[in-house]
Amino acid sequence: MNYTLDFTPVIEGMPNLLTACLGTFVLAICGMLLATVIGIGGVVLRTSKIKALRWLVIGFVEIIRNTPFLVQIFFIYFALPLAGLRLDPTPTAIIALGINGGAYAIEIIRGGVQSISKGQVEAGLALGLHKAQVFRLIVLKPALRAIFPSLTSQFVLLTLTTSIASAISAYELTSVSQRIESDSFRSFEVYFTVTAFYLVISWLMMRLFAFFSARYFAYPVK
Amino acid sequence: MSDISTTKASAETMISMTGVAKWYGAFQALNDINVSVRKGEKIVLCGPSGSGKSTLIRCINHLEAYQQGEIRVGGILLGHQAKSIDAVRREVGMVFQQFNLFPHLTVLQNCMLAPMRALGLGKAEAEGRARQLLERVKIAEQAEKYPAQLSGGQQQRVAIARALCMRPQVMLFDEPTSALDPEMVKEVLDTMIDLAREGMTMICVTHEMGFARQVADRVIFMASGAIVEEAPPVEFFSNPKHERTRKFLGEILGH
Repeated sequence: MNYTLDFTPVIEGMPNLLTACLGTFVLAICGMLLATVIGIGGVVLRTSKIKALRWLVIGFVEIIRNTPFLVQIFFIYFALPLAGLRLDPTPTAIIALGINGGAYAIEIIRGGVQSISKGQVEAGLALGLHKAQVFRLIVLKPALRAIFPSLTSQFVLLTLTTSIASAISAYELTSVSQRIESDSFRSFEVYFTVTAFYLVISWLMMRLFAFFSARYFAYPVK
Repeated sequence: MSDISTTKASAETMISMTGVAKWYGAFQALNDINVSVRKGEKIVLCGPSGSGKSTLIRCINHLEAYQQGEIRVGGILLGHQAKSIDAVRREVGMVFQQFNLFPHLTVLQNCMLAPMRALGLGKAEAEGRARQLLERVKIAEQAEKYPAQLSGGQQQRVAIARALCMRPQVMLFDEPTSALDPEMVKEVLDTMIDLAREGMTMICVTHEMGFARQVADRVIFMASGAIVEEAPPVEFFSNPKHERTRKFLGEILGH
C-alpha cells in the first residue's frame, strides 16, 4: 500500500469545519431543549386522567422508537410542506431531533417520576398544593435528578444523531465534511478529522451535563 | 398527671365524622365511623395494624376518598369536589410517619413552599412565618440545611413546623414517631406536647401510650375498621371495657 497522507484540503477547509461544528452544536442543543419539553409534557399527558391522551403518548413513543431516524427526518422534511409549512433543512432537523429524542425522554423521565415516593405527593397535597403544583414544585426536580445519567447518555446519542441531518443537507459537521471530501477525494483525512471532532463534541456535551448536574442537583441525599 | 387536658376544649365542633365507610374493592377498611372532635381537643387513635386508624385520619384531609357518610371540618362539608377538598386541606395540617420533607429544598424552603404557592403569601412574610415556627420547634439554626443533613427527629420537627406554617386549625399525626430511633422519640413528642398545650386541635395515631396519658382528652381504640371503644385516658387504661381493648393494651404495655 502506497498512500500519502495529505491534510491540505482539511486544513484549508478548517474554518468551514469549525463553523460546521457550531452548527452541530446548535442542532444538538435546540434538539435537546425540544426533546426535554416533549419529554416532560409527554409524561404529564401519559399520567393524565383522560384515556385518549395516555394512548396518544403511548402510540407516539412506540412509533418513534420503532422506526429509523433517517425515515423520520425525511418524513418530516417532505410531509411538512404538504401541510403548508415550508421550513429550511436546519429547523426541520431540529424538529426531527426533538421529536425523536422526546420519545426516548418520555420513557426515561417517566421512570424518574415513578421512583418518587407517594409520600412526597401526599405531603404536597396535604399542604394544600394542587396536583400540577405538586408535579412541578415537588416531583420534577428529584425525578430528573434520579434519571439524569440516563438522560445524559440519551442526549449524547442525540448529539451524534445530528449527523443524519446531513441527509437533508442541514448545516452541520457531516454535511460540510462531505462537501470537502467530494471536492478533494481525501476521504480518510476528512473522516479522520471529523471523527476527532465528534469525539470532542461528545466530551464537551458530557462536561456540559456534568456542570448542569452539579449546579442544579447538588442537594444532598441519604 | 393530666395537666394539659384541663386547658379544656370548647363546645365548638371542629371535626365530625358521621357514618363514614370506606372500601378497598371488597375489603371494608372503615365501617360506620362516628367521631366528633371539639375545638382544642386532643384525640389519640390506637389499635392493631390494619385496624383502619391511618385510613381514618387520611380521610379527614381526603388523601383517601370515603364512600359513605359525611365528614365536616370546621363547618366545611368535605365532598369529593376539588373546591371543598382544597378548603379543608387549608385548615388541616398533617405529619407523616416518614416525614416526607422535600429533599431538594432547604428546611426554610420546605416551610415556605405551601404558604407562598397555596396561600399566595409574599416571600418576606412566608419566610418570617417559617423562621418563627422553626424557632418554636427549636430548630431555627438548621434553616439553611437540606433534610438529608438532619437526624430523623429533627426532620420530623421540621415537618411539624412546615405543617404549622399553613396556620391550620387541626393537626393530624400519622404515627409520627414510629420511624424514629428510640433516642429521638422524646424530642418529637415534646414538640407535640407543646403544641397541645397551646390549644391545637389534634388527632394522633400513635402507640406512645405515655403521650396518650399525658395529653389526650380521649383515646379511641379501633379494630377491623370500626371504633371499638373510646374513653378518657385514665378510664381507658385503668378500666378498658372490651376484650379486644384489653388484649391490645396487654400486648403493648405488657413488657
